[in-house]
Amino acid sequence: MNYLTRRLLTFPLVMLGVSILVFFAIRMIPGDAITAMLGTEAGLLTPAQRAALSEYFGIDQPILIQYWKWLLGVFQSDLGISVTHGKPVLSIILERFPLTLQLAIMAMVVALAVGLPAGVFAATRKERPSDLGVRIFAMIGQSTPNFVVGLLLIYALSAGFGILPTMGEFTPFSVDPLRNLSQMILPAVTLGFAFAASVTRISRSAMLDVLSDDYVRTARSKGVPKRRVIWRHALPNALIPVVTLSGVEFGYLLGGAVLVEQIYALPGLGRLVLEAILQRDYALVQGCVLFIAFNFLVVNLLVDLLYVALDPRIRLGEGG
Amino acid sequence: MTLLSVKDLRVGFGQDPAKNEIVKGVSFDLEAGETLAIVGESGSGKSVTALSINRLVDFGGGRIIGGSIHLTRADGSVLDVTQASEPVLEKIRGAEIGMIFQEPMTSLNPVLSIGTQIEESFRLHRGLTGRQATAAAKDALDRVRIPDAARRLRYAPNQLSGGMLQRVMIATALACNPRLLIADEPTTALDVTVQAQIMALLAELKRETGMGMIFITHDIGLVAGIADRVMVMQAGQAVEQGALDAVLDRPQHSYTKHLLSAVPHFESGRAARTDFKRKQGEAPALSVDGLTVRFKVKNGLFSRAQGAVHAVENVGFDLMPGETLAIVGESGSGKSTTARAILGLVKPTRGRFVTHKGSISDATDPATQMVFQNPYASLNPRLRIDSILAEPVIAAGGKVTNETREKMKALLQRVGLPEDSLERYPHQFSGGQRQRLCIARALMLNPSIVVLDEAVSALDVSVQAKVLELLVDLQKEFGLAYLFVSHDMAVVERIAHRIAVVYAGEIVEIGEAASVLSNPQHSYTKRLISAVPSIDRRNQRFEIDTRQVASLVRPPAYEPPEARWRDYGADHRARAEA
Repeated sequence: MNYLTRRLLTFPLVMLGVSILVFFAIRMIPGDAITAMLGTEAGLLTPAQRAALSEYFGIDQPILIQYWKWLLGVFQSDLGISVTHGKPVLSIILERFPLTLQLAIMAMVVALAVGLPAGVFAATRKERPSDLGVRIFAMIGQSTPNFVVGLLLIYALSAGFGILPTMGEFTPFSVDPLRNLSQMILPAVTLGFAFAASVTRISRSAMLDVLSDDYVRTARSKGVPKRRVIWRHALPNALIPVVTLSGVEFGYLLGGAVLVEQIYALPGLGRLVLEAILQRDYALVQGCVLFIAFNFLVVNLLVDLLYVALDPRIRLGEGG
Repeated sequence: MTLLSVKDLRVGFGQDPAKNEIVKGVSFDLEAGETLAIVGESGSGKSVTALSINRLVDFGGGRIIGGSIHLTRADGSVLDVTQASEPVLEKIRGAEIGMIFQEPMTSLNPVLSIGTQIEESFRLHRGLTGRQATAAAKDALDRVRIPDAARRLRYAPNQLSGGMLQRVMIATALACNPRLLIADEPTTALDVTVQAQIMALLAELKRETGMGMIFITHDIGLVAGIADRVMVMQAGQAVEQGALDAVLDRPQHSYTKHLLSAVPHFESGRAARTDFKRKQGEAPALSVDGLTVRFKVKNGLFSRAQGAVHAVENVGFDLMPGETLAIVGESGSGKSTTARAILGLVKPTRGRFVTHKGSISDATDPATQMVFQNPYASLNPRLRIDSILAEPVIAAGGKVTNETREKMKALLQRVGLPEDSLERYPHQFSGGQRQRLCIARALMLNPSIVVLDEAVSALDVSVQAKVLELLVDLQKEFGLAYLFVSHDMAVVERIAHRIAVVYAGEIVEIGEAASVLSNPQHSYTKRLISAVPSIDRRNQRFEIDTRQVASLVRPPAYEPPEARWRDYGADHRARAEA
């Protein structure tokens, strides 16, 4: 557990680093919040009005004080008020997050359901035509941009089968599961496509490594049938790199998928961040980035827990 | 009754197996209950022959392209394994043919408990489930003399030592009482005392079960203890086979004779070197005093040291110019750490070492050079040989001049490599040639001391003999002092003038080679020497010894009691034991 304890201890330190980066990075962008907020009307403000607004938003104080106040707020789960939405940042994020989470989970399910069997299949048929087929498919999957896949999917479905993806107002899963799923399935497939390709490639190469390991030969020498050799003896050992990759990809997806959300008109976290940056909504950008970083770290921690569950060498420490 | 009959077996590899034959027409018979030893060097086709018998060779890219392998099954029917289908083979593997491999550390699945892995055989071939399977697995562990079997079933493989894991492998292979056991170099990766235990166990189980066994080894010394018949393989062919005594005492083929004579065999000190006498008043090339290396053991990021691994404890010796001191011991005894500390690769906790040029401070001291165990890993594959040989010169702050190139050429010629080697890359050389390159590299700076850390251990036995010869010649020519770290007593006997035996980080016995080897005094030295296999020890019985090496982890600030030494002759002393 040594390793895990250390990970837990570094967690707050990394979060602190992220908070500093976020806070100061956004203030390095030229232009000020008030101009961004009011647009051309900002030119009509008198210096006194400008000062009053600055004071209201707290941006007249020294930057370190601003940071300190913000940090104190964060500890009380107060990420500030969004100037564009006029609502607490946290509540805006939490409104958008369920969609992003659902999308990420569905994309991962698609990716693992397709990628893992495909990788294992290819590895057991190394250098045969079926292996080549899987590899070409994976290569295409990895090199095709998301939006191309998304647009092609919409085009193929509507032109070929006359089915249009369910657009319109987003319906949460809890309100109407069927309608929700019909809205989410295409974006999930779009996102899962490239993800599946990566999973395929990494699980193929991990399986190939493992299949030439000594203990696989031992299993065969015991008369273990082929199928069991693959699923029981080889796969658990090949899962570590797959888990690593899936963890990182999942972490990214939790930060929102801007392009896919845009194409399918989904109000997810990705679009929220984009809008916040464009409108120079300091509080919202800071809050979102902090939230995303937090999620990323949590996912990584979960990945570590999974390692421990998968491999007794990590659980017990090398050399036990 | 003939258990196995192999006729004109041919096995090839790659896209066109017929063009790339590894086994070229091997025939032999094995009676029930008999043990056949297959002896040969790497590339002789001995392992491929063995893997063909249960057709595991298919999974390694090999294909049987000719001949037959007739196996008499438990029900009396005869099966040609070369023609059998995969489902039939799955019924035979594990049930009728068991197999154990060279590397016990990697041959067990790291994510499954050893219990699960033993039970699997019972589930597959005996149809046992649940408690019955667990009970059977416990019995199997008892059978290979693993103490506390019930608890050990839940262990993961990384919690057991190499010797224990090989027992687990044997338990797994023998789970379903196979009539044939194939043992492919089962002790090569193990320490010599552990090897003796495993050999004893195999011999005992063979008697208990009456199984036939094919025992594959590169070490002809090992076959004397276990085989009834011997087959010698070279370049894919069986060059000689016959009864054990006939092959060992009256070898017919020149290759068998070569294996028996050219290869270093342990001769209890009779073959020790006598070509060096210490001169009165001469200054040692290296003297080490009270060398101690400890590694702190910590449990967390901020926690204090929980104790220390006492890897090297109060080691001291002198090494004269032109003399070889061998440091022998088993894995984990601290012999390599001693060598590394002297090279400055590990920081000693305390202790002093002095060369005749002054105190050694770091690894760049040109007076001390080294040759490592694995010639495949210790040459940078991207560098040409001339760059590799130039490296020590550059590291010592010198420039590569015409003179340097002349020196490279002279050294290459001296170690027996062609002159055009300079323009080649490491992968163009064989293992023995690479080790010669490593030796040439070590000599580039005219060192006075060369540390040889298992320098011939990775080489084939007959190559070993030649490299040892070269080392002896170079030593005489340049007056080199060798610190020779090895676990192999037969090799040590050929090169050492003096021997230091290390056990658990401490020297337990040190002295003149012939005296230490012929008349060992410390109980560990005795145990070590009696475990060395020898062609003279036919079917000798070993006591099965399940003692584990004591832990080297000590509490913080622990100081071992001062050693008391006893003298056994002019230059031979051993630690007094409690």
